[in-house]
Amino acid sequence: MDLSMLWYLVPSVIMFVAGVYGFVTRKNMIALLISLELMLNSADLNFVVFNRYLFPDSKEGMIFTLFAIAIAAAETAIAIAIIVNIYRAVGNTDIDSVKKMKF
Amino acid sequence: MDSVANIILYFVVAISVTVFSVMAVTSRRILRAATYLLFTLLSTAVIYFQLGYEFLGAVQIAVYAGGIMVLFVFAILLTRKPGDMAAPLESHRKELGIGISVAGCVLLLLALFYMPMLNGISLTEAIQSGEKITMETIGKAFTGSGRMQYLLPFEAVSVLLLSCIIGGVVVARKR
Repeated sequence: MDLSMLWYLVPSVIMFVAGVYGFVTRKNMIALLISLELMLNSADLNFVVFNRYLFPDSKEGMIFTLFAIAIAAAETAIAIAIIVNIYRAVGNTDIDSVKKMKF
Repeated sequence: MDSVANIILYFVVAISVTVFSVMAVTSRRILRAATYLLFTLLSTAVIYFQLGYEFLGAVQIAVYAGGIMVLFVFAILLTRKPGDMAAPLESHRKELGIGISVAGCVLLLLALFYMPMLNGISLTEAIQSGEKITMETIGKAFTGSGRMQYLLPFEAVSVLLLSCIIGGVVVARKR
């Protein structure tokens, strides 16, 4: 039995689809952010798997994944700062309760 | 031909990725959802280790499991009482979500299984056919400016992280 490329792509598909489900159904902003992390993570996994199986001599998939992880960290930090600020202004973190901006 | 240990490790990791990512989006307690997300990220790190990218797995554990998850837990505890349950899902949202995700899953899996496999080599052959990635090659790829070297994006990420720190402080400070 061989572990070919397909074996690693199937869990990645399921992770992505779970992220889409959470992004559509959840109302809490932090839960939305968790779904977003799942989708980003499955894209990272695809980069690495394609790099390993199709282009084993190069390392571009790994480098792109490293950049993606760094940018995801920055994005999460800013998003959580915004969510905490919204919680101070509105009193909860539901996406439906943010209907108007200050300006 | 892959070794039995590799196949067993694959199944453990694949099942945990699948189960924990589904539980992370269906759990109604947000702190538990964050914990399931942590398990998913750690399982992904194990996949990176298995594929032969040790540095990437270490970065995944350090940045995601160490950094981002702490941010998540702090944000959850700042905005909710522990033990709070989310309200049950509204039925139209749930139908929409299940419809989109099942359609997407079927479509993507069909595309995967009908895709002409570009090569059918096993994991062991794939790892052996490539050159070993050492810290030296990673460092040279990040700090050189030649072909296939990424000094400019590296510097851009450092500026991005700086602006992210300043932006986070400005957005979240008390007025």
